[in-house]
Amino acid sequence: MKKRNLTYSLAINEATYQMMKKNKNVFVIGQGVKSPWYVGNTCQNLLKKFGPKRVIDTPIAENVINGIGVGAGIAGGRAIVVHPRMDFMLYGLDPIINEAANWQYIFAGQSSAPVIIRSIINRGGEQGAQHSQALQGIFAHIPGLKVVAPSTAYDAKGLLISAIRGNDPIIYIEDRWLYGQEDNVPEETYNIPIGKGIIRKLGKDITIIGLSYAMVNILKAVEELKKQKIDAEVIDIRTIKPLDINLIIKSIKKTGKVVIVEAAWKSGGVSAEIASQISEKAFSYLKKPIKRICLPDTPAPTSKILEKAYYDYISPEKIIKTVKNIIK
Amino acid sequence: MVKIKKYGKNLLLELYKKMLLIRQLEESLVEPIINKKIKTPCHLYSGEEAIAVGVCANLNKNDVIFSNHRSHGHYLAKNGDLNKLVAEIFGKETGCSGGRGGSMHIISYKEGMFGSVPIVAGTISLAVGTSLLMSIKNQKRVSVAFFGDGATTEGVLYESLNFAALKKLPIIFICENNFYATHMPIKECSANPEIFKMAKHFMPSVRIDGNNILKVIETSKKFINLAKIGQGPAFIECLTYRQRGHVGPNDNIQGKQTDIRKEKEIKSWLSKDPIKIFERYLFKTKLLNIKTKEKIDQIIQKKIDQSYKFMERGSCPSKKQLLKHVYNENK
Repeated sequence: MKKRNLTYSLAINEATYQMMKKNKNVFVIGQGVKSPWYVGNTCQNLLKKFGPKRVIDTPIAENVINGIGVGAGIAGGRAIVVHPRMDFMLYGLDPIINEAANWQYIFAGQSSAPVIIRSIINRGGEQGAQHSQALQGIFAHIPGLKVVAPSTAYDAKGLLISAIRGNDPIIYIEDRWLYGQEDNVPEETYNIPIGKGIIRKLGKDITIIGLSYAMVNILKAVEELKKQKIDAEVIDIRTIKPLDINLIIKSIKKTGKVVIVEAAWKSGGVSAEIASQISEKAFSYLKKPIKRICLPDTPAPTSKILEKAYYDYISPEKIIKTVKNIIK
Repeated sequence: MVKIKKYGKNLLLELYKKMLLIRQLEESLVEPIINKKIKTPCHLYSGEEAIAVGVCANLNKNDVIFSNHRSHGHYLAKNGDLNKLVAEIFGKETGCSGGRGGSMHIISYKEGMFGSVPIVAGTISLAVGTSLLMSIKNQKRVSVAFFGDGATTEGVLYESLNFAALKKLPIIFICENNFYATHMPIKECSANPEIFKMAKHFMPSVRIDGNNILKVIETSKKFINLAKIGQGPAFIECLTYRQRGHVGPNDNIQGKQTDIRKEKEIKSWLSKDPIKIFERYLFKTKLLNIKTKEKIDQIIQKKIDQSYKFMERGSCPSKKQLLKHVYNENK
């Protein structure tokens, strides 16, 4: 397998290009797909190579755009719907939750509504409350949807390909701040199984579970913890739903201690779900209570001191401090 | 009135039979609904048959329709299996949706009835998506979205009209205006009760008598053919009236005696019954006489009886089915 370094955003670009080339039913649709301001370089050259019929930059109309993706999926197509800021997709929850998620079930498998919804989390830059939300918790709640959140370029390409090849509606969570992450990425197409997490680092003292952007801060923290002789095991769940709970249980059996880190609000979301499942299925292995490191339950502020304080809730320093308190 | 030569005797009689089938099926559901043998909410299509049958008369098998809560008529007009429909309404596993959808979530995928769900205006954008795929693949096919006047106050309709017009998509928007959005008279919902006008800026948009099947066929045929040759979408507002309640056999939902439509109004529309209108035409043109009409009635009644027997032979899905089909199970 030929590998070379590729950024997260270009890995998404490559997966899209390769799948569009292989399968004429695949197309891209969303606001800003021909504008780097909105989607970075994730869609570069696609318009040139495939034309405006298959690379559709849309008017601002999230409800119909999501519905279009769902309808195309019902008819055998594969739409990659792009929401340049996850906040905007709230206008279009009906086609995702009421239609796509239910379609397979209510028709007993006779028809499905596969669609890939690229949901891009923005952050920082004083963009504020409506340009920064990480809403995966909403979608993780809904039966019928699969939710993935790659944190590396390698996973970004593989998970997008798997999503396109699959037959389910998939919420594909991207974080804009991961776009520059570089990784060794094969030139060919490849799958990453949906529903399987991965161990980023083996360890024995504590299990740190994370996803998406949180992985960046976790890995920084773990480097520092290593220097302080704390040997953390790091799990990147990669898929939020269905969750790879077995991988997590296996690790907790070993370490007995766990911290969950997520760059999203603390209450009622994915970190709470992971903590619940651990408590239900691995309680006897726990030596200390489960800890979560998340963003505070506030909207994101814009002014620079407030914004820093907001994101500091999940900083590497915070992770280190929390781990040390548990290990003590 | 349109010449018989244009459509042929056989087609006209087939359309008549289809309308009758829908009417008789819907009316057959009234008693079991009252007796609570049917629990799933049924939104009966009685009185609106000309629209579904007239539009679908111009569609091929590979043309696609999406519908809403009042979908039994669309399902049958697109050649959905009658037995499976009845079974589904009674919650049987042999139903078109495996007993999981009931009256409000029905499908006949192979016949191009790609699904109906009760979220008002919920399938309009889906129909746009299907038409977009047809356009991307340069297929000579069309998508049809059926919805009521109640859906026209949903924002997604506006988004859909704009997008379909922008991309010149092969989609026909059929608004079945029966003057009531659930219990609400249209004048209390729409600042613009002339619904077709909302689409005029985007595409050819007309208002027709939805109870005149020949008018429905003629108008929809024109726009379907234009859409298939890349001329883009169209909007047809069909005026009609539901003879039964929004849900269930009459307006008096749960006996609260609220939102009952005026008797004078109901009577006036019953005199414009689309089946009676067409019957008169068929009698006048001698395509139908009392004997042949009786025979047709009997044949249809027999089909309906058989569908109930099919339904009775089936059983409800077992508990084991509960967790299946959440995700796609084809590898």
